[in-house]
Amino acid sequence: MDALGLARLQFAVTTIYHFLFVPLTIGLALTVAIMETIYVRTKNPAFKTMAQYWGRLFLINFAVGVVTGIIQEFQFGMNWASYSRFVGDVFGAPLAVEALLAFFLESTFIGVWIFGWDRLKPSAHALAIWLVAIGTSVSAFWILTANSFMQEPAGYAVVHGHAEMASFGALLANPQLWVEFPHVLFASVTTAAFFVAGISAYFLLRRQHVDLFRSSMKIALVLGAVATILLAVNGDAQAKHVVQAQPMKMAAAEAVWHTTGGAAGWNIVAGIDQAAGKNTFAIQVPDLLTFLSGTKTFQGIDNLQAKDVQQYGPGNYVPPVATTFWSFRIMVLAGVLMILLAWYGLYLIARRKALEGRRRYLRLLPLAIGLPYVANTFGWIMTEVGRQPWIVYGLQTTAQGVSSTVSTGMVAASLIGFTVIFGLIAVADVYLLLRYAKAGPDGHEPVVDAPLEATAVL
Amino acid sequence: MSLNTLWFILVCVLFIGYFFLEGFDYGVGILAPFIGKSDLERRAVIQTIGPVWDANEVWLLTAGGAIFAAFPQWYATMFSGFYLALFLMLVALIARGVAFEFRSKDERKHWRSLFDWLIFFGSAVPALLWGVAIANIVEGVPIDAHMNYVGGFFNLLNPYAIVGGLATLLVFTLHGAVYLTMKTEGELNERARRAAYSIGWAAAGIAILFVVLSAFRTDMFDKPGLGVWPGVVAVCAGLSLIATRLLLDRHKEGWSFISTGVAILFVVVSVFLTLFPRVMVSSLNPKWDLTVYNAASNPYSLHVMTIVALTALPIVLAYLAWTYWVFRQRTSLKQSMHY
Repeated sequence: MDALGLARLQFAVTTIYHFLFVPLTIGLALTVAIMETIYVRTKNPAFKTMAQYWGRLFLINFAVGVVTGIIQEFQFGMNWASYSRFVGDVFGAPLAVEALLAFFLESTFIGVWIFGWDRLKPSAHALAIWLVAIGTSVSAFWILTANSFMQEPAGYAVVHGHAEMASFGALLANPQLWVEFPHVLFASVTTAAFFVAGISAYFLLRRQHVDLFRSSMKIALVLGAVATILLAVNGDAQAKHVVQAQPMKMAAAEAVWHTTGGAAGWNIVAGIDQAAGKNTFAIQVPDLLTFLSGTKTFQGIDNLQAKDVQQYGPGNYVPPVATTFWSFRIMVLAGVLMILLAWYGLYLIARRKALEGRRRYLRLLPLAIGLPYVANTFGWIMTEVGRQPWIVYGLQTTAQGVSSTVSTGMVAASLIGFTVIFGLIAVADVYLLLRYAKAGPDGHEPVVDAPLEATAVL
Repeated sequence: MSLNTLWFILVCVLFIGYFFLEGFDYGVGILAPFIGKSDLERRAVIQTIGPVWDANEVWLLTAGGAIFAAFPQWYATMFSGFYLALFLMLVALIARGVAFEFRSKDERKHWRSLFDWLIFFGSAVPALLWGVAIANIVEGVPIDAHMNYVGGFFNLLNPYAIVGGLATLLVFTLHGAVYLTMKTEGELNERARRAAYSIGWAAAGIAILFVVLSAFRTDMFDKPGLGVWPGVVAVCAGLSLIATRLLLDRHKEGWSFISTGVAILFVVVSVFLTLFPRVMVSSLNPKWDLTVYNAASNPYSLHVMTIVALTALPIVLAYLAWTYWVFRQRTSLKQSMHY
């Protein structure tokens, strides 16, 4: 693989890995904040125990999210110097604002929250976790402002071969941002909801700490039911927007090779032959594509390719169709399963059924913790792969954005290094999460300190 | 003052915040295995920076973001140029951040000693690399007409840069030792004091050697930047380190912490004054230097960012100060520990 391929692989590895931790951070901060607020309001110590239990798991996850985020601040310069030179004027601003408005807020108040249980009054302490929750969401907003610019450039002018910021307001009013940001927020709440529900189910099945985990489960299912349905509504709006704004991405995601007339079917599955420019087979739901895309003439890949050649000059403007198509379907399938699971749980609660009795449902929930992770990851793969060959849609190709002076060996070395360290961290992280999750709410000090003796490491 | 100059100063301020604040927590991380003889003592040492290290690191991320936003060419040239050095630093920072959170979450001895060493190396590597980077930045590195770094990794490891690296390593370690004298009690306090004593002269010595070498290797003493002679500021940094040692003799812990902090501040200021109006010096041709003008974003972008930064920074500083106030007590071995 050449430096470009390795740089792309490195971005994929570091960013996907980072985003395994981010949604849970955003969603669980909110969940813990809600729990602690209930404690402050009701003075019921059970909710303090609850907030502390989920807070412990939150912190293990948070730490990995933070450190893997450090790379993001620098790797545009390291691997994508030509991209940074081209769009830094526009793209750098949201990153700087993110650090100023979000990173300081979350990192400061997470310290206050961890170490402040005895030093602050309960309401001030609850405020700290709310500020962390706000910080994580603000962080998502600004990084997605930057990402939305890559998907659908807005608020810029190209001057002397550089994209310059022309309107900060237009950058923020980018319609892509306002479908993408809610999508990430709802996905984050969903991730936390399934995380909390899955672990709660584990304890309910064993009939341990039943009160605490029944309450946790209720909070999780309500959040999950609301978030999954908002996710679907917003996802539909996002798809309709992308059909207009990045038609090629959506054509690839639906594997539509030729522009359709009215009443086109939706491919449930398809055999994709990109070289031949056709599907070898397809199982379709009649009329559904027309309904979902909100357009009578859904533009096909061949038509869009011809248009792009006219607009941007000779070249291949078709993204990897199979990857985009299947990522989209995997995300949607995981989403549908999550809606069903969350709403069935909500139905049980509404009918005042004892959750502990629904053992088959409870056995599904720990497995379902994986669903939001699958959906989050494949959602991003669809978004980023579907934008290819562009790094900034219509302005710069990915091949043009790579660092010109960084050698293949350097990218390979750093890719191997990051992958190895990420792998090790993943092992330690999963080990600790399982250990602390299983330890239950009283297990907050499974660690007994050795008495003061000479155990120097030196 | 032009917005380009203002942003140059703002980036300088962010680096001052980063080196002043994270400088002491690098020092604490480096000293933890030596000052803490037992596991409990090591926990107490790490606890002293527990509530603040994460926010301290944000100064670096903000500096990175600010360079990207205000001087994208600087961002692209520096980070693609110092590729492997930056990779090493990122690995160190990743390992270190995880290690703080993970070290005390399992009681096995090997687990804890593994993460203690990750904290040590995760703190020492960036402390060393920053000095190497600073020396190369003020001396100049091979940059071509297209603003691209054309040297290799080992270009960066010349003797002058290594002296720079040792200087930041020792100064941060001293800064951390002095911080620990303020934040610990009893025997830990005594050990922190002894560490500060033994590092004190070495840190002052190598920092002064670095300033002397800079007089030959850079144009630090040749011209004023923004109306101030950077060489004079650099010498003041050395003097401030000598003052640290003398203040420690008089048991003025707070003041000696301020004086190591002032030394760090003076070093950063003298580096930025030496550079101005350049941000990256080309050793190949002065015409190929990156400056606050040819590396900058357009005036509109700088204008927007100025409004955001000047609104947000005072608020950030206010709540940071509040945090340091809330956690002002010394750490006792008897209190419950998170790390």
